[in-house]
Amino acid sequence: MTALSLAASAPKRTPAKVLPGFNLTLGFTLLYLSLIVLIPLSALVFKTFTLTWDQFWVAVTSPRVLASYRLTFGASLIAALVNVFFGMLVAWVLVRYDFFGKKIVDALVDLPFALPTAVAGISLTALLAGNGWIGQYLEPLGIQLAFNPNGVVIALIFIGLPFVVRTVQPVLEDAEKELEEAATCLGATRWQTFSKVIFPTIAPALLTGFAMAFARAIGEYGSVIFIAGNMPMVSEITPLIIIGKLEQYDYAGATAVALVMLVVSFILLLIINGLQTWQRRRSGATS
Amino acid sequence: MSQTLSPHKVQAGTTEARWIRRSLIGLALTFMFLFLVLPLAAVFTEALRKGLDAYLEALKEPDAWSAIRLTLLTAAVAVPLNLVFGVAAAWAIAKYEFKGKSLLTTLVDLPFSVSPVVAGLIYVLMFGAQGWFGPWLQAHDIKIVFAVPGIILATVFVTFPFIARELIPLMQAQGNDEEQAAIVLGASGWQTFWRVTLPNIKWGLLYGVILCNARAMGEFGAVSVVSGHIRGQTNTMPLHVEILYNEYQSVGAFAVASLLALLALVTLAIKSFIEWRHEQELQASANTPPERPTA
Repeated sequence: MTALSLAASAPKRTPAKVLPGFNLTLGFTLLYLSLIVLIPLSALVFKTFTLTWDQFWVAVTSPRVLASYRLTFGASLIAALVNVFFGMLVAWVLVRYDFFGKKIVDALVDLPFALPTAVAGISLTALLAGNGWIGQYLEPLGIQLAFNPNGVVIALIFIGLPFVVRTVQPVLEDAEKELEEAATCLGATRWQTFSKVIFPTIAPALLTGFAMAFARAIGEYGSVIFIAGNMPMVSEITPLIIIGKLEQYDYAGATAVALVMLVVSFILLLIINGLQTWQRRRSGATS
Repeated sequence: MSQTLSPHKVQAGTTEARWIRRSLIGLALTFMFLFLVLPLAAVFTEALRKGLDAYLEALKEPDAWSAIRLTLLTAAVAVPLNLVFGVAAAWAIAKYEFKGKSLLTTLVDLPFSVSPVVAGLIYVLMFGAQGWFGPWLQAHDIKIVFAVPGIILATVFVTFPFIARELIPLMQAQGNDEEQAAIVLGASGWQTFWRVTLPNIKWGLLYGVILCNARAMGEFGAVSVVSGHIRGQTNTMPLHVEILYNEYQSVGAFAVASLLALLALVTLAIKSFIEWRHEQELQASANTPPERPTA
């Protein structure tokens, strides 16, 4: 019943549709989307309205919250930049070169998508802690990678790794080698060919991958909290602030900070969509 | 600096000198080894640190078992729900043109960009004691938040786009021609879906399902907010890992984590298999079918 009434409110088109099922599928899609995503998200917005503007402002700009924004955005930015560099490198190596075990390496790129974040968190911590496989060699040198902001960056590099590789890889595969041959014939060095021919082709994909890795890193929770040490003002990420406020039954405060995060992620989503459209148009124009 | 290299030193027009190739491969593999292989290896090493007996003992614990059961139950509810939604959404979006289609596609993607913690919080605001439906739920003695239904709802939210995302581009690329032919020849809508569309999208569908399942079983942040962390009752496997880890029961934590890591490896293996099958089918349809594939 509800599905039908929702479908009826959907815009009707006059051209005869040969395929059946439009009303049913669109109606169900809208109903399910509303129940699972839209209505619960609107609860967040309405709950924030119970705060006055001053209360809201105090909740989202207290020093501890501001410190968490700095850490979350700063660490996400560094991690996404590292992923742009290494993601491009891994995609390049996988597309252009042959080596032993390439298929396995290719499959392994998706590990951060498949491995639960909590598992990644405890295992990175075990590696980097003072007595871990890697940590034991770094600690005598005075380098600490766990239980401080360094750990946050490392966890975020891990979870963002596949995004850049998987957006750049198909573009590199489709890139026309004829253009590179032409560049070489015209006297370009390999580096010139890369920077003037190949790089502009993959740049939109790199930017998309960067934005996706960054967006994912901003919201990440599971892998970070184990390795961060979670010291207020130093290594406390914004999602953890929300959890902390919830545990103190400060629902309004948690909601206010969550709204800030929601708005940021919505803006990032729109940017990513715009980038993808741009990328499609560019690849459509060249082919 | 490379501009000082004279052109004839560059090997062929479209590749690099051997030493550059080797160092790029070496650098990429070192990065992958440090960030992917070592963490994976660490999970199993830490789990087996005190021997196989301690490992098996840790997995036999009743709390671990109930966490495994709850995780399986959650995935068993969340994945089919999102499967039905994914097929319906892909059918509506890929097969028809309508106003607001790109907005709808963006909204379907929305749960991917929402922080898992925020995803959990919205259900607390809806169904928690102080939430919209809180008083009504309490009056009727129904528990959603800090109970199993909340865990399932939060999991459905975070895995919401997986299958739809896989199917929409696939079905858009395939177009409507085959379905229209079936309808014109007298097939009903359901017959068309089962006999024409489903065989065409089966690999994409399976791909979406395994990724959805991996996330459903491994979700931590969203579930952590709505679970209430009651041992043996509302602990999923990732939450159980956290509890054991915070209690310094390293072997127990990594033992349960190793099961999740195995799940991830199986997921990757199935994913690679699907990609391989898909390539085979593409080749088979492009060329004449090979008599005997050369190994």
